[in-house]
This record gives sequence, structure tokens and C-alpha cells, in this order.
Amino acid sequence: MLKRLGGTVDPKGAATAIKDAEFPAPFASELEFNSPVHGTWNIVHTGMQVPDAHQIYVCADNCMRGVVLTAAEMNEAERFSFVILEEEHLLNGNLEDITIEGVSDVIERLEQKPKAVFLFTVCLHHFLGSDLERIYDELGKRFPEICFVRCFMDPIMRKSGLTPDQKLRLSMYDPLKKGTVTEEGQRRISILGSDFALDETSDLKRLLRCNDYQIKESPVCESWEDYLSLSDCRMVLNCYPSGKAGTEWAAERLGRPFMYLPSCFDYDEIIGQLEVLSASLELLGVLDYEGEKESCEAALHEALLEVGDWPIAIDGTFHPRPMGLARLLISHGFHVERVYLDAISPEEENDFKWLQQHAPELMLLATVQVKMRVLPRQTEREMLALGQKAAWFTGSRHFVNMVQGAGLYGFDGIRRLAHLMVEAAREEKETPDLVIRKGWGCESCI
Amino acid sequence: MRQAYRIIPIYTADVSGVCSALYELGGMTVMHDPSGCNSTYNTHDEIRWYEEDSLIFISGLTEIDAIMGNDEKFIHDIEEAASELKPRFIALASSPIPYMNGTDFPAIAEVTEQDTGIPTFAVPTNGMHDYVHGAGMALEAIAEHFVNEDRCEGFYPADCRNDKAEAGIENERDHRRVNLLGVTPLDFGPLDHAETMKHSLEQYGWQINSMWAMGDTLDQLSKSADAAVNVVVSSVGLRAAKVLQRKFGTPYVVGAPVGCFTEKLSEAMEAAVSGAKADNVVYAACRMAAKNLQDANKAEENTRYQAEITLIGEPVTMGSLAAAIELQYGRSVRVLCPLEETEGLLAPGDEAVCGEEMMEEKLKDAGIIAADPLYRPICPKDAQFYELPHIAFSGRIYLKKIKQMPGFADLI
Repeated sequence: MLKRLGGTVDPKGAATAIKDAEFPAPFASELEFNSPVHGTWNIVHTGMQVPDAHQIYVCADNCMRGVVLTAAEMNEAERFSFVILEEEHLLNGNLEDITIEGVSDVIERLEQKPKAVFLFTVCLHHFLGSDLERIYDELGKRFPEICFVRCFMDPIMRKSGLTPDQKLRLSMYDPLKKGTVTEEGQRRISILGSDFALDETSDLKRLLRCNDYQIKESPVCESWEDYLSLSDCRMVLNCYPSGKAGTEWAAERLGRPFMYLPSCFDYDEIIGQLEVLSASLELLGVLDYEGEKESCEAALHEALLEVGDWPIAIDGTFHPRPMGLARLLISHGFHVERVYLDAISPEEENDFKWLQQHAPELMLLATVQVKMRVLPRQTEREMLALGQKAAWFTGSRHFVNMVQGAGLYGFDGIRRLAHLMVEAAREEKETPDLVIRKGWGCESCI
Repeated sequence: MRQAYRIIPIYTADVSGVCSALYELGGMTVMHDPSGCNSTYNTHDEIRWYEEDSLIFISGLTEIDAIMGNDEKFIHDIEEAASELKPRFIALASSPIPYMNGTDFPAIAEVTEQDTGIPTFAVPTNGMHDYVHGAGMALEAIAEHFVNEDRCEGFYPADCRNDKAEAGIENERDHRRVNLLGVTPLDFGPLDHAETMKHSLEQYGWQINSMWAMGDTLDQLSKSADAAVNVVVSSVGLRAAKVLQRKFGTPYVVGAPVGCFTEKLSEAMEAAVSGAKADNVVYAACRMAAKNLQDANKAEENTRYQAEITLIGEPVTMGSLAAAIELQYGRSVRVLCPLEETEGLLAPGDEAVCGEEMMEEKLKDAGIIAADPLYRPICPKDAQFYELPHIAFSGRIYLKKIKQMPGFADLI
């Protein structure tokens, strides 16, 4: 049964041509709709990447339900526990006590003690001014063998500071110990802050490996000890914007040089990133930039032959640089018609302005604006969608199923993207089954 | 410790319960919450979200607006959305932070109603109770606000009845008219599963006037005073039944049609229509009359007594299923209910259970267990376990399996 409401609602306020759009917030912040598209990772998925760690949340029923079932859906229920808060805990002001006793009780009942506990306190702790020092001191005394990591699920702060996701990407590296870098570590680079390891063929990996550097990434650590060894490195890199604040702080605390090399779609920006890294590490081997560019151009041309004038929709969950992606594709002859997003990253201001000038009729559409619940979700001609939300909002079955930029990086990332677009153009996907699954790339039992 | 959970999840909470109950009624439900309630609801608690539109939104409450008590923004945003989307009503649900701040939802509802002319009401949730509480209050509000005597076409009140040209025939038919109260996907799954209850009662000559609240519109629900009797098929429907009884004198019985228990339920409905005084929690009365339950009644005296089968879940559906099993197979059943609102809904031998640890303890000696599969980790390894997926517990995890199962009334 497919039931639609509305259909005659004026899209104004939920859609705008880019020439008329405000930067960085094209749409008003009002009531919010949440589409049934769930591939982006949440704090549970990210926290589960830390091996031998157990997550414990302390919050009310409604907030708990989403995270506990996230863990269950990814077949990780055994690494997730919680403590429920009730009215009396707010009224009696004993949030610290229930947190300490509840977490202790959970840990006592675990069959195997974890190496680390990621303890998530919530908005209520924040608003009641809970003494987090007391909570962590007491838990540390009771369980000295366990590393307690201070995590937060406080979405009420998401518009006025770091989001819970960003905070987790900060605190998850707290267990890394400051120390002297070993001889082996001197030839090792740690790439932190993303949910996905970079593709093996990515520019960074090729560049570092041809200069005899090893690469360690948090998503592929296999044990707690392996995870802790992320600190034994010559330099910390981050390629994913949401991880920048946390990894930069971690690098500073560890006394390691830090470099932010965000995944992007501009040849000059890519070369700039690789050159600054090469200079910093005094790399002898470098990539053949002209050759890389030529192969990107060839891959994009091949994709254009396949895609032709097929209208394209991109969404902001597909990659942190949707404006840059739209620019790349439009400047190579693709017909990008729509970009679904709710805000534009400051990193994309130049791309935004370029698009205003060169593709003024490009449509920006919100994803959370209330009208998006009822506006038509089919297009006259099926679109090629880059991203799950673009697929859902346009009713497309031809889409590139990927979130958060996955492991794309550099010239290689552009080539991979071109191949994925060809693949999506050729093959239909089961959009309703794929996009509802939480945490793209994680196990899903639904 | 009651509040600590090692491995099993928690039931759907009150805020999601409100949204679920009101989903198909053409209103706009707004959760006053920063973020999480929305995605939790539409990901795990709402199986209709992908295919069926409903105006359910979140306010996106920020720290500064919460601290400054900026209700103006909340009201403005609601009115802005309502002016564009034109809902039949507006329902407001609260989450933990507005609850803690003491946000005055009835006042906000009144202001919004005055400004927009759209009926607006607040459902006093706080995200700290289970779905029965929230969904129950939401349906209660619908009964209060939208069911009126002047919509009546049938059995009640007497004036309406007398207006019928074919009074005799109409009355005979209207005596068989019934509302099913407390029907949401959280307890009953997809619509076709819920509709098995309709078909089951229709076989006993009953005409389903409305189903609260799946498969029927607000207009249909607003004619609920037409029914001769209300059937509370889950505890979600109990509050609405009491309102309809107070407003229109409509009697109600508690029990969900399932297997051979349906006959007993139908008899109790007939008794209620005829005005006979009877215990309206039909499955409990039925089970108490059964021999097995007489044994259970002695459980307090005989601590070694153990029912053969243990059911875990919502009290009305599980109580009805227990009655059906006892009637059909003559085997003793006990219900363990982990939800909050159980008063008067449990049969002797059944128990309200608070928290994972207590549930694990109660299950220690269980031989046969029928429950949601996510209970399995705390069940004894040697117990026979029958999967009875419950969306209010495991969400959408077993939805594909549920779709292949028979609907509730045909479970046994």
C-alpha cells in the first residue's frame, strides 16, 4: 500500500535554484522530517569499530530505543548495554548515583570484562549539571582494569557546538597513550577519524607505500592492543571532516604532527594536499600528477558516454563535498539537476559560488524540511542518483549506494566514482531494501 | 538492578506510541525533542514510514531554546508547517528535556489552536514510559476530542436510534456493531495482520465499525458512538474505551480475538451489549474458569507450581493467547508482562516483571517459552523457545518473518 499525502504543496522553502540560495544555510531551520534512509553511520556504529570495547548508554527509554536496536541490527547486541533513567532520578538529582550503580551492575553481569567501556551520558546529565568527574573517578576505582571513555549522546547541542558524532571521534582516541615513537612507528602513518578505511588504490596509500610508509587506520584494527598502537606513528592524518576536530586534538595530545587532507574532487586541491604531505614527510617518490589527471579525464569521459544526458541527483550523505562533486560533473558535461542537502559546508564556499555562476538553475532541495514528506518522490524521467537520499527522494532504482565518501580519496577517488556511476547506470538496485538499512557497510540483520 | 540491561532491548517508548496511534488519522504530530526521538520512531517503531506518508515531525529543540524557554519558536514552527500542510489536528508530544523544563504544553496547544483554528492537543509524554502509555493517551485524546454524539448514526444514543426509519432492523444490526480499540503495528504488525481480528469477529456476526487506529480514517473513528460495544484488543485501547463509556455509555470488554478464545470473547461482547454484568477482562475470566488456572491460583501456596508455557509481552494480547492455548490444548500458561500498565489486566499466575534481571530470574525454570526472539539470550539454554516477534520490542528486525506469519487472530 503506497499512500501519499498532499501533492499540491508549494515546494517553496524546501527547494531553490542555487542562484537564489543563501550560503551556508539555504533553508530555514524549522520542524524537521526524517526520511526513511538510514545508511549514514551513527555513534553506535562508529563506537563498535573499537575492538574489545563495550558501549553503555545511560538515558531515558525513547532515546535508548534507537541506539540499542542499532546495535541489535548490526548483530552487536552483546557489546551493548544500558541503564534506564526515570523521573525520580531527575527529581531526586541523583543522576550520578544511578549512572555509577547501573554501569557497575552491567559490568558485573558481563560474562567477559571488556578492555574499554564507552560510557555515553546524555542531554539530561548536561542539563542537570551532573558531576561527570565523580562518575568516572568512582567507576575507575571500581574497575581499574577497564578504560572508561567519556562519550556523549547529547543531540540538543548539535547546533551549538560539536555534534555527538564529532565528540565521539574525539573521545574514541582518548585511550591512545602518549609515548616515544618506536623505530617502526617512524615509518608509519595513522589515518584516523573516518568510519571507512581508504581504498587500497587511493592516492594517499599509493604515495605513502611507494615511500616505504606503513598505514594504520582505526576502522581496520583487530584488537584493543592493535587499536592502542595507532599512537605509534610519525604523523596523524584525517580525510573526513567530521573527524577533523577529534583527530587534530588527539594528534596534539600525542605530540604527533597532524594534517587534514579532506577527500575532494578538484585536481588542484588534490595535488596541493599531496604536495604538502610530500614536503612534510620529505617524500622522494611522488605520483605522476599529469598521468593521474589524464586517467581521471578518461574515466569521466567513459562514464559520460554511458550516462549521457541522464539527469543526476546528488545528496549530502553521499560525500562530504556534494558541491564539489556537482562542480566536477557539470564541468565534465554531466547533467546534474539536483542536490539534496540542508546546509553547505564552509569548505565548499568556492564550489557553491562557482555553481551559482555556471549552473544557476541547479536545484538545491532540503531533506529535513517538512514539505519533503509530501512533495512528489518520483521524477518524469528516472534520475541517476548519487547517494541513498537522492535515490529515495527521486524514486530512483539506479543509484550509487555509498555514504560519507566511503574510502574514496584523490584522483583514484574520482576514477572510482566514475566507475560506480557507470555501474549504477547499467544496473537497477533494490532501493527500498538497501536504503533503510542502518550503517552502510555494517552487518544488517533486517 | 532494575534499570540496568545487559543484553535485551527496551520496549518502544511513549513518544513513539503517540505517533504510531495517530499515524493514519490525517493529523500532524510534533515531538518536541532535539533529534533522537524522530529517527528512533521512524526507523525502529514505524513499519509504515517508507510507504505511507504521515505528518510526523520533530521540533529540533536546541540547548539555547530549552534554556531560554523559547516556546515562541516552537509555536511559530508548528503554525508555519500547519499552514502549509493543513492537518486535521495537531498533537504535541514531549520528550525528557521539555519535561524537565516544565514546558507548558497545554498552553502551547491552546495558543496554537487559537492561531490556526486547527484542533490541537498535547499528549503528556516524557520519553520515560512505554508505548502503551503514549499510544493509550493519544487514542484517549481522539476519543475526547473527535467522537461526538451528533456523529451518531446507530446504536447510541436513543434519540439517534429512534430517528431511523427502519428502526427494528437497524437496531438488530447495530447491536452487532463494534469498535476495536488499541490496534497499532507495534502490537499487531502490518494492516492485513490486524485485519484478521476483524474477519474473526465478523464470523461471529459482528460488524466492525472502526479499528483504532489502523485502516480507518479520523472520520470513521469519529462515528465510534455508533457501536454497541467496544473491544479493547490491547492495553493501548483501554483509556479510549473508558472515555467512550463515560461519554456514550458504550460498554467495553477486554480481549483480543485469537483461535478458539474468539468464541468466548464474542459471548462476552453479547453479554455486554445486553447489559449483563460480567467481568470485562474476558481472557482473565476465561482462564480463571479453566482447571489449569485453578492450579495456578494455588501457586502462592505451592511455590513449586510452574506453568508449562510462558508467554512474554503485552498483557491483553498475551492474556488472550494464553486463554486460547489453554482452551485448545489444555496446557497451563503464564504471562510475564514487562510493560507498565498491567493493573486489572493480568490473570492469577501472571506477573508484571520489571527489568531484565527480574525477567531472567522468572524465566529460570521455564520449560516452554514463546516470546520475541530478542529475549532468547536471557532464557535458559534448555528451554524450548518459540519465536513470537513483537515490533514494540525488536522493531523491524523480524518484519520479514512477521509478514510470513499468520495475523494475530489466526496465530493458533
